[in-house]
This record gives sequence, structure tokens and C-alpha cells, in this order.
Amino acid sequence: MLSTYSYPTFPYVPAPEQRTGTVRRHPVVVVGAGPVGLTAALDLAQKGVPVVVLDEDDTVSIGSRAVCYAKRALEVWDRLGVARPMIDKGVVWKIGKVFHGDREVYRFDLLPEPDHKIPAFINLQQYYLEEYLIAAATGTGAADIRWKSRVLSVKPQDDHVVLQVETPDGVYAMEADWVIACDGARSSIRKMLGLEFIGEVFQDRFLIADVVMKADFPAERWFWFDPPFHPRQSTLLHMQADNVWRIDFQLGWNADPEEEKKPEKVIPRLKAMLGETTEFELEWVSVYTFQCRRLERFRHGRVLFAGDSAHQVSPFGARGANSGVPDADNLVWKLKLVLDGLAPDSLLDTYSDERVAAAKENLLNSTRSTDFITPKSAMSRTFRDAVLGLAADHPFARALVNSGRLSTPTTYTDSPLNTPDTGSFAGAMVPGAPATDAPVEDAAHDAGWLMDHLGGRFVALYYAGPDPVPAAVADSMTALVAGPLPFAWHVVTDRRRDAGANALVDVNGRFAERYDATPGTVYLVRPDQHIAARLRAFDVAALTAALNRAAGL
Amino acid sequence: MSRLVIDNRLSRPDDFYEALIDTHRDLTPEQSAMVNARLVLLLANHIGDMEVLAEAMRRAREGV
Ligand SMILES: Cc1cc2nc3c(=O)[nH]c(=O)nc-3n(C[C@H](O)[C@H](O)[C@H](O)COP(=O)(O)OP(=O)(O)OC[C@H]3O[C@@H](n4cnc5c(N)ncnc54)[C@H](O)[C@@H]3O)c2cc1C
Repeated sequence: MLSTYSYPTFPYVPAPEQRTGTVRRHPVVVVGAGPVGLTAALDLAQKGVPVVVLDEDDTVSIGSRAVCYAKRALEVWDRLGVARPMIDKGVVWKIGKVFHGDREVYRFDLLPEPDHKIPAFINLQQYYLEEYLIAAATGTGAADIRWKSRVLSVKPQDDHVVLQVETPDGVYAMEADWVIACDGARSSIRKMLGLEFIGEVFQDRFLIADVVMKADFPAERWFWFDPPFHPRQSTLLHMQADNVWRIDFQLGWNADPEEEKKPEKVIPRLKAMLGETTEFELEWVSVYTFQCRRLERFRHGRVLFAGDSAHQVSPFGARGANSGVPDADNLVWKLKLVLDGLAPDSLLDTYSDERVAAAKENLLNSTRSTDFITPKSAMSRTFRDAVLGLAADHPFARALVNSGRLSTPTTYTDSPLNTPDTGSFAGAMVPGAPATDAPVEDAAHDAGWLMDHLGGRFVALYYAGPDPVPAAVADSMTALVAGPLPFAWHVVTDRRRDAGANALVDVNGRFAERYDATPGTVYLVRPDQHIAARLRAFDVAALTAALNRAAGL
Repeated sequence: MSRLVIDNRLSRPDDFYEALIDTHRDLTPEQSAMVNARLVLLLANHIGDMEVLAEAMRRAREGV
């Protein structure tokens, strides 16, 4: 029982097919109503795909788990119309400070540039996040979330999958064209398919304490190596909603988890940190060990793994949910094209390729951070301490201090869906990169953001700058809009007047700057807001080829 | 006039750090100390500038 939050209970409703004993075939079944399964379900439902979600529980995530959500995950949720309550309820932050002893040795700013709709990071308890996702998914009318429904078995067939589901009323069978396995780090579906989950377990334990207090720490991430209140170990502090603060104490491998969880052990640790006079209340305590591991491939025929079932990271860097949500983002548009017969099912192999590459990047970063925080050998500890000792006076050493490299989106550099550049471009918007934001005004002169106009379908951006749009460009774009693939286009212009119905005014030149655009430049952006191609001059054949390639055709 | 550079010059600091730690993987403490000594000598020769080396030695010893 938490003092700041009451867990909702979602009603178990017996499935009609269980009552009548008929076996139904569903286009998509999502297993697991965690952040990743719910994001996938919401995205599918909004694209008009009826989706069944099965979850063995009937509430949100219990206790204290994810806290920090990064810009990219929030952009995915914003595309799905659900980011607003998260940002409003959450704590927006972007500054991180690292202390050695009681001395600040390093600080970082996760979003130093202006003009982005979505903040660098928010902190929010996972249960709120899930609550908002559940409300949004239920609100679509197309997501059938079945609580108290545990998947007992998954049997892949040639052209579908058979699942056995256990509910309070017994066991029933259902069929699915596609299964998305979002059943978490202990995934039973992974085991049912006999898949290996390989990586490393770190020999360390961390105490996670959530406390309710009125404190005047700023909304920043504070990380201490060897603080006076917790010598020879590390401590992490994060502010969450409702005056709840997350404090992580590194305990070392030899700590006894049961002992350490007792209030008589935890409270003195907190008092040493917060001072004898600070009033606080313990909200939640748990002790974790961390691991970094993944599946070799995320697609297994008609079963697609996403989120923690596919990859598990240590939390330094907040790369768990923050990489699971982009899995869903990457998968759903591809699955929708396959379901609609617009793309071959080999497009789903690129889901695995792209998201395995992302998982490798996340695991590399999380592993390195964990190795710095929990050195594996005496020499590794000596180097770590040397880096910390030099950091205050030597800028180079600050770059080596690793208290967690916070989640950043992955650029799908080697994706077969990218069209390699033929023109020369500067900047970060390479094929495979997640699109970056810029302030724009639409034809009605409403101030908004570029990201609001990207996603959900393929979007071509034609940068006209000060020039009018050539008729041939408009005609070719209109022909692509009429084509089979979901496609829209916008003119990005400097002209405030006579801009045209699909125009986006580059109000302060950020678009031209961030996309290295010159008049005639064209970008093709995928439904998940990643760049597929860019051309220095409009060329309908090249754009059509890039579009087909991005759809796996 | 040469000076010891203390601003970051590593384009990928985390890659360097991982490689450094890997260099010591599975060594005994004595072997590790020997690797470090050899590493310092190799780098010192590469730098070749006594003024820079003296400055680095002074800073390395300071506060230890
Ligand atoms: C201490 C800690 C701190 C963290 N901090 C962060 C952070 O700051 N930022 C971040 O991004 N991530 C963080 N994470 C990671 C984050 O919590 C996970 O990555 C995230 O919950 C994964 O979501 P998921 O949907 O893949 O799986 P889960 O959230 O684990 O959900 C799996 C769901 O599947 C259901 N299920 C399981 N088996 C079955 C079955 N057989 N049948 C039916 N249903 C089933 C479960 O009931 C559950 O609801 C943290 C994790 C921990 C432990």
C-alpha cells in the first residue's frame, strides 16, 4: 500500500469466445500489458487493427520500477496522443550532476539546444505511465485488454499461432495471425519457444528506496561516487511526481537483500543522507541485482519479441522502457503494412535487424556504465578512482566519468530500408536517424512543431525555402499520395503568405539548419519518424524508389 | 612552448576506457602493475617532450 498512490483494479471480463467455446482467429495478440505491450496495442488500435492484449494481472506495475522517460519515447507517445498527461504529471529535467565525495566533478545537459516540443527527460512513476496508456488504449475501442489472462502455451503453426490462455474461468484456446510477446524480462514465451537469453549478471546489489518528502533538491539527476553518507559505494537521487523521491544505494554483492530491506536498516541510511531533521516517509523499498542480456533475434516466425522480453539492461542510463517503446514504434507500422498486403513479411525481419542493432547499442552503454559503477577487478577500481580523482581539475577525465549514459535514440545506420545519400549533406539527419524537431506554423498560422506532422505514414518534406513549389513536384507528390502506400507530403517554406494548404512555415530557420536543407531538398520520413532518404533535388523516380525500399518492396 | 593538454581529446572516451580495462582482463595484480608501467613508458616516449611529461608526472602524484 502506497501513501501517494492507490493501485487501480481493472475488471476481469470473461472472453466471449471462452464462454461459447469457439476458437477465434485474431490478427494480432499482444501478450503483456506493460509499457511496451500497451504502446504497441495503442498504436495498432489507432491504425485500425483490432488487437487483443492478454495480461496475467489486473493492475498496473507494482512498486517502484521505471522513473525516467527520454525524449524519443515521449515523442512516440506524443505521436499516439498520450504524452501530454505524462509530461504534465511528471517532473521535467535535463541536468545531471556527478559528485565524488561531496565535491561536484561533472555535470551534463541532455538538451542544450532550444526549439524542441518534447523535453529531454521526465521522471514519472511507472504505474502512472501505464494508467495513462491503458486509458488511451481502452479509449480507442479497438484494443480488447483481457485482464487475469495468463498465456500458458504458444504453438507456432505455418500461417498462425495457437495460444492457450488461463483465466479465473479456466483455460481456452485462441489463434493469432501474429503474436507480439511483451511479457517482460522473465518472458515465458521465450522459454516456450526454447530461446536463449544471453548476457551477464552483475555481482552487485542495489537498494531502491522511494521516500515522500518536501525537499529542496532541484529537479536534476544527482549521482554520488563515494559520498560521505554512504562511503565506498554510489548513490543516485531522482525526483518523481507527488513529492516522491527515488534513492538508489549501491550495497555491494555481499549485502543480504532481506536484511537490507528492513526499515531499521533503510531509515538510518536515509537519515545519513538527508539529515536527521528532514522529515520523510518510506514509500517503497526493494533490492535488485542487474543484468544485461538479449535474444539473438527478435522475430521468430509469427512471434515478435519487444521490450524486456527481447532485451534487458541495467537501469543506469534508463534504457529499459526507453528502448522497448521504440521497439513497438518500429514494429507496428511494418506489421500494419504486412497485414494490409502492402509489404512482404520480410519487412518484419528488418524490425529484428534494426532493433537488435539498437539493443546492442543500449547493452554496450549499460554494460560500460555498470562496469564503471561496479568495477570487476582491483585494477578497474583503481582506474575508476583515478578518473574520479582527476575529474574536478582535468576536463578530459570528466568525459570518462560514467554514472550512466542516458538513453538516446538509435540511428539505423545499416538498415536495408535506408536509401544511401547521393547528394552531400551535413548534420545529423542521416538516413536511419530519428527525425529532429523544429518549430513550424501550418497553413492556418497555428504555431506547432514539425514532429506533429511526421509519423503514422510516410511523409515527404519538400523544402522550398523562399521559392514557389514547381508544378511538376506537386503533381508527382499527388500521384504518390494516390498510390497504395500510406503517404503524405508537406512543403517547408519561408513564405508566410500564399504558402498553400500543406505548407509548414520554417518560422525561425531551424528546419533548414537542422536538416541542412537548400531549396529543392527532399526528405522522406518513415511512419516511425525515422529518416528513410534525402535528396538534394526533387526526382520523382528516386523518391518513388526510396519509398518502395523503405516499405521493404 | 608545449603544455600538457587537460581538455578532452578522445573522440570516443567510453571506447577508450573499455579498451583500457580490457587490457587488464584476467591479469594478476603484479601483471597489471607491469602492464601499467609499460604503458606509461610507451606513451612517454610517444610524447617525447620532457616539459609535458614533467607536468603530467607532477599532476599524477598530486593528491595521491
Ligand atoms: C529498478 C528499476 C528501475 C528502472 N528504471 C527505468 C527507467 O528509469 N527508465 C526506463 O526506461 N526503464 C527503467 N526500467 C526498466 C523498465 O521498468 C522496463 O524496461 C519496462 O517495464 C519493460 O516493459 P515491458 O512492457 O517490456 O515489460 P513489463 O513491464 O515487465 O511487462 C510485462 C507484462 O507481461 C505480463 N505477463 C508476463 N507473463 C505473462 C503471461 N504468461 N501471460 C500474460 N501476461 C504476462 C506481466 O503481468 C506484465 O504486465 C527500470 C527497471 C527497474 C527494475
